[in-house]
Amino acid sequence: MTQKILADHAGLKEVKAGQLISAKVDLVFGNDVTAPVAVKEFEKIGIDHVFDKDKVAIIPDHFTPNKDIKSAEQNKLIRDFARKMGLTNYFEVGRMGIEHALIPEKGLVVAGDVVIGADSHTCTYGALGAFSTGVGSTDMAAAMAIGETWFKVPEAQKFVLHGKPGKWVGGKDVILHIIGMIGVDGALYQSMEFTGDGLQYLSMDDRFSMANMAIEAGAKNGIFEVDDKTIAYIKEHSIKPYKVYLADDDAEYVAIYDIDLSQVKPTVAFPHLPSNARTIDEVGDVPLDQVVIGSCTNGRIEDLRVAASILKGHKVHPNVRLIVFPATQAIYLQALKEGLIEIFIEAGAAVSTPTCGPCLGGHMGILAKGERALATTNRNFVGRMGHPESEVYLAGPAIAAASAIAGRIAAPEEVA
Amino acid sequence: MRGKAIKYGDNVDTDVIIPARYLNTSDPDELAGHCMEDLDPNFKAKAKPGDIMVAGRNFGCGSSREHAPIAIKASGISCVIAESFARIFYRNAINIGLPILECPDAAREINDGDEVDVDVTTGTIADITTGKTYKSQPFPEFMQQIMASDGLINYVKQRLEK
Repeated sequence: MTQKILADHAGLKEVKAGQLISAKVDLVFGNDVTAPVAVKEFEKIGIDHVFDKDKVAIIPDHFTPNKDIKSAEQNKLIRDFARKMGLTNYFEVGRMGIEHALIPEKGLVVAGDVVIGADSHTCTYGALGAFSTGVGSTDMAAAMAIGETWFKVPEAQKFVLHGKPGKWVGGKDVILHIIGMIGVDGALYQSMEFTGDGLQYLSMDDRFSMANMAIEAGAKNGIFEVDDKTIAYIKEHSIKPYKVYLADDDAEYVAIYDIDLSQVKPTVAFPHLPSNARTIDEVGDVPLDQVVIGSCTNGRIEDLRVAASILKGHKVHPNVRLIVFPATQAIYLQALKEGLIEIFIEAGAAVSTPTCGPCLGGHMGILAKGERALATTNRNFVGRMGHPESEVYLAGPAIAAASAIAGRIAAPEEVA
Repeated sequence: MRGKAIKYGDNVDTDVIIPARYLNTSDPDELAGHCMEDLDPNFKAKAKPGDIMVAGRNFGCGSSREHAPIAIKASGISCVIAESFARIFYRNAINIGLPILECPDAAREINDGDEVDVDVTTGTIADITTGKTYKSQPFPEFMQQIMASDGLINYVKQRLEK
């Protein structure tokens, strides 16, 4: 699938793994951490316009609402740039969201697109059957100027999903299971393709969560086969034309894995790598200081529904701080209308405006020395959420909600 | 380029290369001041201009922050040798002109503190202390062009001028 999309965007009939190509991009974007560097590099090129003001997006989400004077200065720099260039897609605080939830929601990416973003979790849009991958700031600057970027065509691994997942198993559990199996460099430089009749049991939110973490296996991109659910999502959110690419029957893969979703258990990744996966029955007694539900991985409406269904009528454990941050304003509003926000607040949770803040140890939920958090985010590296001697455990929203109630890592069945 | 090897293990991630709490700036010197501090608090004191960083698999995994190779470069590190690099870090290093070499044998066998000599154009790595030499994979021609133009931005500039 990936190779066909890249060939079309490079104006070639076909491409082979390992080939270096220059491909047209349908969208290039950055955030308040990466875009300031990109803007400075762009200015060195010496042109006064971007290649297409509808195809460049800037989303301040990491340290917003501005956490300190330095972040405010960085944000001002990109805001001024967006105005000067007349960018259609600049999203201000109050109208924004975490980039990887906002971009699909706003219909800025559809099946068959090539998207690069100066953020590693740009691989999220593979859920829509697009080729999308993270790059750095200089790559973003160059693509803003010429509307093209270079790629080395990746080899592919195929993950054939079948069977129906259990009640509390979501996309996050499936991807943690897979990363635990292949390792944090198990798909280095390669593409992860997800296919099989098990896809029918995975919602779009499950798929976004899985594609989001392809990078945690080192992959260049993760991409899902397009089905009726994908098309329905695209039609609901976008007016852009889309194109469905199917893998050839004789497509070459460096590895093929068969995953029986019915056998996947709720999974937790232990510090300090996303690949340190353990099933919930192997976790043992792990007391917690903080639980975070949100992020570009699991801050979507279904994640909040799952968490609320478990938290309803319960209280957050006295030793735990529960922070819930819906990924976009639209998700926040929807959760409000459905009464989910009320459930969170009555349980004793803090509910935050959309931000990447706590996930990367930026602001809004930093850990002290020796503290331990369970989060529905995507990385648990040393010092990720704060002090270098703090710990982060990764899981889906069901385990997160149950753990907030229990005060230790817990299975949903224990409290529901 | 020649310097002392500073050695680390597998999966050195961008959060330890430059923690997110310092990403509210893009000033290279300020970033260099915090480079590697969560993994090796002594890095700043021991890194001398020209020193060579040597690491295991998947170096630079995690975030796309270009601040990571910028911080390493601004710390005076002349080159990074690893068994393998995470792909976004690999792109970023080339784009900003931080020389990197993928060479599993050298990455495994060079010891911390060894005197190392590197010729990036030929991909030859010599461990002066042990007397061993290694050959890394040469860069594809396209990347050599980017490096010859002194980074991606100049490459694009030259392209737009044509």
